[in-house]
Amino acid sequence: MYMFKYVMKRLGLMLLSFSVIMLICFVLIKLLPIVVTVQAGEDARIVYAQLEARGYIQNIQYDANGLVTGYERVPILTQLFIYLKRIFVYGDFGIGVTMADYRNQPVWDIFLEKLPPTILINIYSSLIGVPIGIGLGIFAALKKNKWQDQIISTVVILLISLPSIVLGLVIQYVFCYKLDWFPLTMLSGYDYFSWEMFRSMLPAVLSLCLGSIAGYTRFTRAELTEVLTGEFMLLARTKGLTRGQATFRHALRNAMVVIFPSILSEFISVLSGSLIIESMFSIPGVGGLYIQSINAQDYDFFMLLSGFYCLVGLAAGIVVDISYGFIDPRIRMGAK
Amino acid sequence: MEQVKSIPKEKFQFTSKNDTFHDAKPKTKPIGYFRDAFNRFCKNKGSVVGAVIILALILFAIIAPFCTPYSVSYKDTYFRETLPKSTLFANTNFWDGCSVKEAGKARFKYLYAMGEETGHNAVKNQKYELLDSGMYKFREDSYYSAGCIYRNFTMEEYARLTAYQDETGIQVIYPTVRVADRPKASQDAEDANYYFKTEGTTRTRIVYDENDNVIPVYWTYKAGEDDSYPYNSLRIEGENGFEKDGETYFYAYARPVPTGVQCRINYYEYYVYNHRNDGIKKPLFLFGTTGDGQDILTCLASGARFSFIFAIAVAIVNMAVGAIYGAVEGYYGGKIDLVMERVSDILSAVPMMIIITLLKLHMGASSQILVLFLAFFLTGWIGMAGSTRMQFYRFKNREYVLAARTLGASDARLMFKHIFPNALGTLVTGSALVIPSMIYSETNLSYLGIINLSSGNITSVGTLIAGGQALMETSPHIALFPSIFLALLMLSFNLFGNGLRDAFNPSLRGTEG
Repeated sequence: MYMFKYVMKRLGLMLLSFSVIMLICFVLIKLLPIVVTVQAGEDARIVYAQLEARGYIQNIQYDANGLVTGYERVPILTQLFIYLKRIFVYGDFGIGVTMADYRNQPVWDIFLEKLPPTILINIYSSLIGVPIGIGLGIFAALKKNKWQDQIISTVVILLISLPSIVLGLVIQYVFCYKLDWFPLTMLSGYDYFSWEMFRSMLPAVLSLCLGSIAGYTRFTRAELTEVLTGEFMLLARTKGLTRGQATFRHALRNAMVVIFPSILSEFISVLSGSLIIESMFSIPGVGGLYIQSINAQDYDFFMLLSGFYCLVGLAAGIVVDISYGFIDPRIRMGAK
Repeated sequence: MEQVKSIPKEKFQFTSKNDTFHDAKPKTKPIGYFRDAFNRFCKNKGSVVGAVIILALILFAIIAPFCTPYSVSYKDTYFRETLPKSTLFANTNFWDGCSVKEAGKARFKYLYAMGEETGHNAVKNQKYELLDSGMYKFREDSYYSAGCIYRNFTMEEYARLTAYQDETGIQVIYPTVRVADRPKASQDAEDANYYFKTEGTTRTRIVYDENDNVIPVYWTYKAGEDDSYPYNSLRIEGENGFEKDGETYFYAYARPVPTGVQCRINYYEYYVYNHRNDGIKKPLFLFGTTGDGQDILTCLASGARFSFIFAIAVAIVNMAVGAIYGAVEGYYGGKIDLVMERVSDILSAVPMMIIITLLKLHMGASSQILVLFLAFFLTGWIGMAGSTRMQFYRFKNREYVLAARTLGASDARLMFKHIFPNALGTLVTGSALVIPSMIYSETNLSYLGIINLSSGNITSVGTLIAGGQALMETSPHIALFPSIFLALLMLSFNLFGNGLRDAFNPSLRGTEG
């Protein structure tokens, strides 16, 4: 019951933060001048009428030739009301306005279309990175201060320090260009589970997972070495367990209390992915769309994607806190 | 008892009449907090190495811009993607500005002929290997492969150039070619390296003589036939004309055009001539040039300098604001703390990208540095405030603080004189350790093109890397040097940071034994 209360409280606070951030974001966006792009062959009146229909402007004035001479902005609070109503009643997050590829298309549909590549790449990277990272971490902890540990620690420091730009660049140059194992950029198309597509994703996956392997190795090693010195480990050995039994049944389970939440949060943040890696390997994912929408000043896209990134970040944060309580019976937060 | 009674007075004696007693003064010097931290830091070899590398990088950023004659805004269209070259290594096959090329006969002869004519060997040392496949393998010198170009001069410029030639004995102008003899395709019509006979509809197929050499088709005229060519001083063979079929011919060096004359000049020597007054002796790019023809060394150094200055400035502002905010939060506690914590909570949950974008949209593209500064500031001070707040909670109820309050010290005095010094160590190390992450974020943002810092004499490492990535297949060196810089910086700061954290952590004191 305490747990339930605690979770509810955290969720409520998260929603509050989220609403405040998005409100600020919305107001600041609406304070900006409206970008009206009238393409060749389009009737400006229709474009303005569309904006009016979406509740951005009102009282459009025309001159004698039917050209638009001026308009009034709808008050921001009214706009907010319209925006929220559209979202909650119709599930309508707006339409693309400035980006040529997505003009007059529903923002939400484009977003869903862009989601799979981002998620797939991050899931592959987690699936490769987590087991290898934890495995190496356990190995290093068991061989603490021997040469195996020294080598692993050195490589881990190198990989953690290497910025993802540099890592991605090296992988792209060596594997895609010099050795020609993979295509330079991800293939286009929607056939996400074909071998060719997987192959073209691999360089990006590799750049993502090397960092996460290094992170998990360091984390696991640090936790496990601490647990391994505990007195209950001595007891476990004294009562006759082998070293392996003691490590896996007692030490690892305790170390997992700390490691598991971070895995969980990584699986939440697979949604958001990495802007750098996506742009470097031309992944047709959410990150690319976000950067495009920023540069093209497409506000509906920007609002949706900002909300998405914000929510993912907040959720990943509270999942870590909450999962501690569920995993470890010793930690019951909120309990008196 | 009796004996005690009868001790004579003179038997009593003061042990030391004049001396006053002291505790023995310690022979060793006391080790203070910072001295101790420094000692323990020095024991960690990795951190010391990290510190040395950081220092070297900072020195590089400060000194390098003064050591190169180039600036960031300096661009040369002909020395684009030029390879790194160092005079020390000029005679080796490494760092000599050359790259191994395999090319067909036409391309090879084209480059080979440049060296034949001007002595600036586009094929390094004119050495090559004829492969079984019929391809030529050679080292192409990126400093000479621009060869000759056509350029229009006014008569004054032309006079100055010829005077320079006469004075130094260096040939810049080479005999020109009749327009009819030049290649026809639009892209090659201006290519001044076709000084030899060509054929075909586009006139780009090279005609070879019996020895497989090119046949020069310089513009010549008979003595006394045409005096409209303003300059006849020849430096190459036939300075005073040459004999052919019993008649004296001269080379034409300048073709009259409406604005003056058009000359065929060797770009390398012309570059030297052009820069004779601004300290550039000859084109030499230690790290090569970018796709725009900028010197990478200069760009990298000034990008690094900007990054360092910027990051340190932001860190100082963050520390100041965070310290004051955290101090107020921690000292007063209660409702004030609760409200202020909510504010910083919400601010810390806003993704950096949103802040950057909103600022950029509102402030326009002209003040990108300010946008970046504000964005780092808005997200950065929260951490500082958090750690100050924690320290204040730890210390505000200590006895010495209560004593000071009893003596009538004001709130401000308590906060900054008595409690704040305790938080200073953590704050300073914390600020130092966010510097690399700020440089990293700045690099990422400029790599993604969200922030564009390259204007005038400023550029960013991220911009350089992005430019290099686009040209990765042809010239990997462009991305190489900025990447090495960034990787070294991050690695050394990581090592340095680990050491610093351990050194300032008093609980680790003495654990190393």
